[in-house]
Amino acid sequence: MIAETVFNQGFEVEGGDFVRGGEASCRILEILKELAFPPSIVRRAGIAAYEAEMNIVMYADDGGLELTVTPDRIVIVVADRGQGIPDIELAMRDGYSTATDEIREMGFGAGMGLPNIKKNSDEMKISSTLGEGTRVEIVIKANHGEVRCEDSRPCAES
Amino acid sequence: MRLKDIIEAVEVEVLAGAQCLPDREVVTVSACDLMSDVLAFAKPGILLVTGLTNAQIIRTAQIADLSGIIVVRGKRPNAETIELAEKMHIPLLSTSMHMFELCSELAKIGLAGTHTE
Ligand SMILES: Nc1ncnc2c1ncn2[C@@H]1O[C@H](COP(=O)(O)OP(=O)(O)O)[C@@H](O)[C@H]1O
Ligand SMILES: [Mg+2]
Repeated sequence: MIAETVFNQGFEVEGGDFVRGGEASCRILEILKELAFPPSIVRRAGIAAYEAEMNIVMYADDGGLELTVTPDRIVIVVADRGQGIPDIELAMRDGYSTATDEIREMGFGAGMGLPNIKKNSDEMKISSTLGEGTRVEIVIKANHGEVRCEDSRPCAES
Repeated sequence: MRLKDIIEAVEVEVLAGAQCLPDREVVTVSACDLMSDVLAFAKPGILLVTGLTNAQIIRTAQIADLSGIIVVRGKRPNAETIELAEKMHIPLLSTSMHMFELCSELAKIGLAGTHTE
């Protein structure tokens, strides 16, 4: 655990579970709203977490998300046990995907997940070991305790 | 435009989330069968028009803070999807119209696409 942790919680994710897939990210979204982060920050964290969570559902055996909030950042570590990624540089490319037709029929598998995770993070670290699994670390810089309203919408009611 | 006013103007059936219709404001419309696209271009106040019916349309709606979802071509999401929408307070609607027909109806009442606004 990181020093000065404001909040820390882990969530399990089951590979292949397309019904419950996304549940962990939705819970993270609710927690960040309750912690009164601005809507734009909550949105970025939610989108990045959700695309990473769906990658576990689509490509891995099982895994989880761990949310850590410190005074100056939101960190979401998404780690799985699974096949791993043979070529990370290739996987990060816009449009690259090994998704099956079944996955595409569910609205995913356009090869936009990892690039969108990167776009929504301030820092993104990804590492993978073939046959063992993949770890994606999403960092979003946000000051907890002095949150501002960045959107036209009001801040989450607290 | 309020989702409630849209429902009065075009022929749709409410499958879930009826109680949150009055306070949902629709800013733009996205017609899309790719959830990654919705997530890539998400901004507040999108009404999603889609041919998909699986649970991930509801998760996407929650994550991207969509105003609501209209499923086209009379497709019926399964009970799990409808239940999830109800639980998450996501307005889930259905129409017998095909995607283009529904979108032209929505354009007629003054709504614009998410990217042309
Ligand atoms: N957790 C993971 N385990 C194994 N492979 C993965 C994982 N995440 C991503 N990949 C690989 O990287 C590719 C690109 O991922 P992404 O950008 O999310 O697009 P998509 O999921 O639409 O294919 C995937 O098609 C898959 O081959
Ligand atoms: Mg993906």
